[in-house]
Amino acid sequence: MRREQLKDHHSEARLFSNRAIVSIIMILILITLLLTRLVYLQVIDHKYYTTLSNDNRVKLVPIGPTRGLIYDRNGIVLAENLAAYRLEIIPENVDDMEALLQQLATLVDIREHDLKQFRKALSQKRTFEHIPLRFRLDDHEVARISAIQHRLPGVQIVAGLSRHYPQGKTFAHVIGYVGRKDVQDLKLIDRTNYISTSHIGKSGIEKFYETHLHGSVGYQQVETNAQGRILRVLQQTQPTAGKDMHLTIDAPLQAIAEQALGEFNGSIVTIDPRNGQILTLVSNPGFDPNLFVNGIGYKEYQALNSSDSQPLYNRALLGRYPPGSTIKPFIGLAGLKYGITNEHYEVYCPGYYIIPFGEERKFRDWKRSGHGIVDLDDSITESCDVYFYDLALNLSIDRISPFLNSFGFGHKTAIDMPVENAGLLPSRDWKRQNRRQPWFPGETLNTGIGQGFLLATPLQLAHATATLANRGTAVQPYLSLDKDISTEQTSKDPLLASVEEHHWDYIIKSMTHVVHKHKGTARRIASDKFKIAGKTGTAQVFGIKQEEKYDAEAIDIKLRDHALFIAFAPAVKPRIAIAVVVENGGSGGAVAAPIAAKVIKHYMSKGSS
Amino acid sequence: MNSTNRSALQASNREMPLLQQWMQQLHLDFPLLASVFILSLTGLFVLYSATGQDVAEVQKQAMRLGVGFVLMVFLAQLTPQTLQRWSPYLFMLAIILLILVLVAGVQVKGAQRWLDLYLFRFQPSELMKLVAPMALAWFLAETALPPRFVRLLASLILLAIPVVLVAVQPDLGTSLLIASSGFFVLFMAGLRWRILGGASLLLVIFAWPIWEYVLRDYQRRRVLTFLNPESDPLGAGYHIIQSKIAIGSGGLFGKGWLNGTQSQLDFLPERHTDFIFAVFSEEFGMIGAIMLLMLYLFIVLRGMFIAAQAKDSFSRLLAGSISLTFFVYIFVNMGMVSGLLPVVGVPLPLMSYGGTSIVTLLAGFGILMSIHTHRKMLSP
Repeated sequence: MRREQLKDHHSEARLFSNRAIVSIIMILILITLLLTRLVYLQVIDHKYYTTLSNDNRVKLVPIGPTRGLIYDRNGIVLAENLAAYRLEIIPENVDDMEALLQQLATLVDIREHDLKQFRKALSQKRTFEHIPLRFRLDDHEVARISAIQHRLPGVQIVAGLSRHYPQGKTFAHVIGYVGRKDVQDLKLIDRTNYISTSHIGKSGIEKFYETHLHGSVGYQQVETNAQGRILRVLQQTQPTAGKDMHLTIDAPLQAIAEQALGEFNGSIVTIDPRNGQILTLVSNPGFDPNLFVNGIGYKEYQALNSSDSQPLYNRALLGRYPPGSTIKPFIGLAGLKYGITNEHYEVYCPGYYIIPFGEERKFRDWKRSGHGIVDLDDSITESCDVYFYDLALNLSIDRISPFLNSFGFGHKTAIDMPVENAGLLPSRDWKRQNRRQPWFPGETLNTGIGQGFLLATPLQLAHATATLANRGTAVQPYLSLDKDISTEQTSKDPLLASVEEHHWDYIIKSMTHVVHKHKGTARRIASDKFKIAGKTGTAQVFGIKQEEKYDAEAIDIKLRDHALFIAFAPAVKPRIAIAVVVENGGSGGAVAAPIAAKVIKHYMSKGSS
Repeated sequence: MNSTNRSALQASNREMPLLQQWMQQLHLDFPLLASVFILSLTGLFVLYSATGQDVAEVQKQAMRLGVGFVLMVFLAQLTPQTLQRWSPYLFMLAIILLILVLVAGVQVKGAQRWLDLYLFRFQPSELMKLVAPMALAWFLAETALPPRFVRLLASLILLAIPVVLVAVQPDLGTSLLIASSGFFVLFMAGLRWRILGGASLLLVIFAWPIWEYVLRDYQRRRVLTFLNPESDPLGAGYHIIQSKIAIGSGGLFGKGWLNGTQSQLDFLPERHTDFIFAVFSEEFGMIGAIMLLMLYLFIVLRGMFIAAQAKDSFSRLLAGSISLTFFVYIFVNMGMVSGLLPVVGVPLPLMSYGGTSIVTLLAGFGILMSIHTHRKMLSP
């Protein structure tokens, strides 16, 4: 208390007041600082933080569109979406996960792989998220789970849509298939539009008309909390479903064609020559496109891919075959057009041909005994090679090549399919550029009978046949019947326009003789009801030596000749044009023509469509 | 208390309104009581929103406030002289308890702050928040002010003991609050500007060694995150980013009570404890935030007024320290929540959910009331 007396109360109070004033000034400065901060955050940057706040809570959930269906011209479903069920578990509703998994294993088939995937997802996802355990449950599994689902909290059966091709392999090469979208696909598509689409067209119509079939994505604007749980839907934009498609394909006719081809590898392409509509596009063997939808197994894929018959290969569009004698009507027409030959010009066929003033090399006729004295009509009807050796040589490759080109040989038809081969139409220039060799006259001879370098796809053959049937008017082949996405086009090449009418008459008449004359190579398919104009072809797969005799029985089936047949019917006002290629089928007349006849007859019996 | 004093009191009472008479008899300060009460009530409403409308949590908080108010009223009845006499013993008790915590405390979230007293858990560092400035005020009031250098040094050592003991728990926030409450006593006592300047200089020099050797990893990270919150948006920076979004998106008028999306949808962490100001600002906007700030400012100024009115050094120093420390709470918390300061675990007084801090704060107001309502008895 002694020290207390030393104190000067007044000065101490004054000292304190000074300090208090300093403190209060500091406080006011700091308060101002806080207020400034609030103004900065809540007024100046308010919009920015509002955006961030909304970004926090508002999430966009995409809703994938339903893929359009594909029908044939008669309304038969070729591609559809079927309900597919998957088993999902919501972990937060499950008390004992292990017990539940054991119980589920007694109800459905759960493989080690499924379990592994499930556990991985379980450790990564949040407890309220749905974690799939099994995909593609079969009906029995769905039934077993549904029966006791009320006793399985947290277990859900969710229906999704899965692409299905009810006709299986018959249309595999036309429709193609969808598969899970992969890195390659992502480069080509609008990622936003595909954000919740798992599958994408991989081949065929499914690929070509992907945009049309897919539709566009919809969105749900949802409010989520910090854990991402959806609390409510704020706004919704419905997805636009993909458009359905009708194809020009005639499904029953395609089935008939496939059946007619039977076990043979090969292709049948049928076109309506009046409009270019593809009626059948068969490539045998086919494959089951359904295998690819949800990912094909490695073994299954290997089996398909390594098979000798190459079922994944679309022969109708990609297969390059020598046209063989089916080229003869076109060469004949060229001969008439250029005046190299005429209705009366005759050639003696001894069974072989030697180029005048050339090497002593014999170009053999398929008939070793020869056809005797033949004119152009006989040569088409009986398929005399010697006549066409002579004609081709006189025409020269420089006239043959452009003429065949105007029928579509050597370039793509521009059909509405993702892939197509251009075939090969040889010319002097082509050979110089690609083989660095001059053109030899012998090669003109081979071209004249559809051998040598000349290669065509079945589609090209059918298309050329349709142009022939239309007397030079080419129709654009197409598959989509929907007017808004495909346009019917006809065009007339100036070269073909300059062919005189009676030359067309002559060639078409000769082609009817192939079927309807007793010497015709396809006489066995003749029908009384209507006239078919056709041409057989037998294309060599490998070269036969000069004096060797071709013996179908003796050689390996893989080396047997390809059998070909092109035709249109009726001969007057044709409604169908067809090209049939039977790999290693042997004779065109004996094998390919009857197959074509079955298709034509079925089509004609149905009447005009 | 002699009879002259009492009659003088009664004489002055007669001129006062009835409410003020009541307050004087209960030794309560009406402006302080009213503002603290409004603040507490506001706090309960915001807490209701911040806890996702959890009534049980709000009730718990109300219970704590009740306990705090009882303690406040009780402390207001004691005379400042009693407190002054008790100061050294309370300080020693608190030091012993702090050492006990380090030896036998309960670990919560990696920090040893609690004493388990079977009935309830007790945080001696909270007690120290009040006792340290009391002890310092007692020590400095012994001699004339401003203090001589030796006494100043002694009081610094006195202060350093609890500051270090709390810092090693580790509880940097509380340690800093205790240090500042002690500093305010020294400052009010007339700590010379020269010494203040010199100390600041030393602090700057020692900043690096403190950073390197004293601060713990998580404390360093907090400072780094504060300097650049976007560097770790999902980790340590998440708090600050989400808090700024909450405040900023509140705008001028706020999103409305219970409508703050940042807080209601769980984006804002620690929203019912340290970050409750972000919830408040999001839901009541800048208007609400300014009103809250003004209420706090009023309490601080009332405290400073009480200090200025006090008749003895001990009361002045203690009241000034309590008021300024209260402001430090507000500034550090709001500064941290709005991204001005690094994240230090300092609650928003009377609003944040949490036990001991509320009781300590209300006890502090009790002491302020005691100082204010007993001063007349001293004057002759």
